[in-house]
Amino acid sequence: MTDVPGVQGPVHVEAEVVATRRIGGYRHLTLTAPGVPERFRAGNFVAVTVAGHVARRALWVHRVRASSSFGPTLDVVVEARGSGTEWIAAQPVGARVALTGPLGRPFALPKDAVSCLLVGEGYAAAPLFPLAERLRERGCAVSLLVSAPDEARLLAALEARRSARSVTVLTADGSVGVRGTVAEHVDDLLARSEADVVYAAGPTPVLRAAAGAAERAGAWSQVAVEVPAPCGTGLCHGCPLPVVGEDGVERVVRACADGPVVRGDRVRWDSL
Amino acid sequence: MTALDHGLGLGPVMVAAGCGGTGRELASYCGPGGLDGLDFVTRSITLDPRAGGPGPRIEEVPGGLVNAVGLPNPGLEHFLATELPWLVRAGVRVIVSIAGATMGEYADLARRLSRAPGVAGLEVNVGAPDDAGAGLFEVREPYHSASVISAVRREFPVDRPVLAKLRPDVSRIVEGARSCHEAGASAVVVGNAVPAAFRDGRSGGLSGPAVAPVALRCVAEVARVLPELPVIGCGGVHDLRSANAYLDAGATGVQVGTALLHDPTTVARLRVALAPHTSPNEETR
Ligand SMILES: Cc1cc2nc3c(=O)[nH]c(=O)nc-3n(C[C@H](O)[C@H](O)[C@H](O)COP(=O)(O)OP(=O)(O)OC[C@H]3O[C@@H](n4cnc5c(N)ncnc54)[C@H](O)[C@@H]3O)c2cc1C
Ligand SMILES: Cc1cc2nc3c(=O)[nH]c(=O)nc-3n(C[C@H](O)[C@H](O)[C@H](O)COP(=O)(O)O)c2cc1C
Repeated sequence: MTDVPGVQGPVHVEAEVVATRRIGGYRHLTLTAPGVPERFRAGNFVAVTVAGHVARRALWVHRVRASSSFGPTLDVVVEARGSGTEWIAAQPVGARVALTGPLGRPFALPKDAVSCLLVGEGYAAAPLFPLAERLRERGCAVSLLVSAPDEARLLAALEARRSARSVTVLTADGSVGVRGTVAEHVDDLLARSEADVVYAAGPTPVLRAAAGAAERAGAWSQVAVEVPAPCGTGLCHGCPLPVVGEDGVERVVRACADGPVVRGDRVRWDSL
Repeated sequence: MTALDHGLGLGPVMVAAGCGGTGRELASYCGPGGLDGLDFVTRSITLDPRAGGPGPRIEEVPGGLVNAVGLPNPGLEHFLATELPWLVRAGVRVIVSIAGATMGEYADLARRLSRAPGVAGLEVNVGAPDDAGAGLFEVREPYHSASVISAVRREFPVDRPVLAKLRPDVSRIVEGARSCHEAGASAVVVGNAVPAAFRDGRSGGLSGPAVAPVALRCVAEVARVLPELPVIGCGGVHDLRSANAYLDAGATGVQVGTALLHDPTTVARLRVALAPHTSPNEETR
């Protein structure tokens, strides 16, 4: 398989599952994927080949480790809910899967040590954890809001306490943390955290609420969108993301290659 | 391998229209040589920019994809100013796929592209699965495609190839190929995505391994009846075996589309496998 020299650009490699664990409603897989962890930046995703399927499945990268007994590894969080995610979640230790990554534009990091609010829901909160670490290294004050339909689908908020100044947990059913939705709580939390930048990852309503709150508070926002991506590599133009360009002109860009992270105030939410 | 020399100045493996992004995205998957020497057909370029259709644009089915991407492209002017020069600098052999609503638009596109440095040839999209629905010139009869080809041929230098890309419809393909040939097409590409529907009934085109037997039948018919016309097989090519099926049926080359969406290294691997110095029976994976 092809590997590119240098550390720019994605690679297409054979990955190997080196650990798999069920945590609540999710399956966490640790994979070796030569070249991918080394190139990773928070907000990138990988595209995985599922046996017998033509389209690929995109997964956020939850964590990378520069070294382990297996060498560099990456973690993904899978919610098994369809043909592809069920297949991926069922892969045992030792299984090999074709994987392309890291893909997509990552989160842009602030130059200064500003205050940041990170908002994530469900498995899609995964890329916020490596982001929180990067921000903390830069001296940013990080507040984290993690939400989920229920406790089983709440992504490990405990470990985030290391990188975040404050962690707020929301569940729709109130099984843990505060009951409610991101839309109901994000303005309040943004005011309390006095954040200059809002980062969001999750379903569209969560991203829209976070971007709206940021706009009302005069903060910047960066959202990681999830538009179904057939190839993930920018080749097929199959994941349309309606945006307004810097020049004020309305465009449709590729969510996988021109995103998935974009400025929240650039997304035409009504057309998404 | 002389069997693959179709006199077009093109290699035996090309990237199919609309399945290679802007071309840049493929660079990471082409090995140390990068894009140099890659035969790349662009996504279909129209005179004016097109945003493309609404989502979902692509649906997965067993053995393939149904797509209604809607020919999103930045329009000719932007393409000429940005994408084309980049590709030419990278050493890509650029075949520009063109699509229009009228014969006049096809002629305009051909005229302006004939003056752009680095255009190796044109591919005329006259077999889109839902041409009328996509706002393109509707091709129902062989003379429709032939008149488009002659309009293009008049505007484009004879020393560079004009490829006619046809729908893989076995009841019409020989007639269609013959008329395009007579109208001046240097070769025919057989075929495009097959007219199909999404589960919700919207029109689209089916591509991928599922359509290979359909296109293969069409290629074999054209090669048998019109041996003097170079035929490029397109539909479901994903490995050496599927490529060789077309070549054995008389095709002079193949194009790879959907397989790139599944594995972006497919074209790079096939170029190595079909290069003159390797044995055609040797798989590289
Ligand atoms: C950038 C990005 C990151 C993602 N990260 C994760 C992750 O970390 N963990 C996780 O569990 N899932 C993630 N997803 C979603 C996951 O890729 C799809 O939900 C998954 O493809 C559903 O596929 P399936 O085969 O299980 O379901 P099926 O219903 O069998 O899928 C059928 C088809 O629909 C497409 N599809 C349906 N819903 C979606 C959707 N919401 N997003 C994308 N494609 C969809 C699939 O690609 C497939 O072609 C991500 C998606 C994107 C675009
Ligand atoms: C996502 C996608 C976009 C396509 N865009 C174009 C296009 O712009 N112009 C064109 O002539 N064909 C287009 N096609 C058709 C392909 O070039 C090819 O002819 C067809 O998909 C069959 O080959 P395949 O099975 O290798 O994909 C597109 C196909 C797909 C799947």
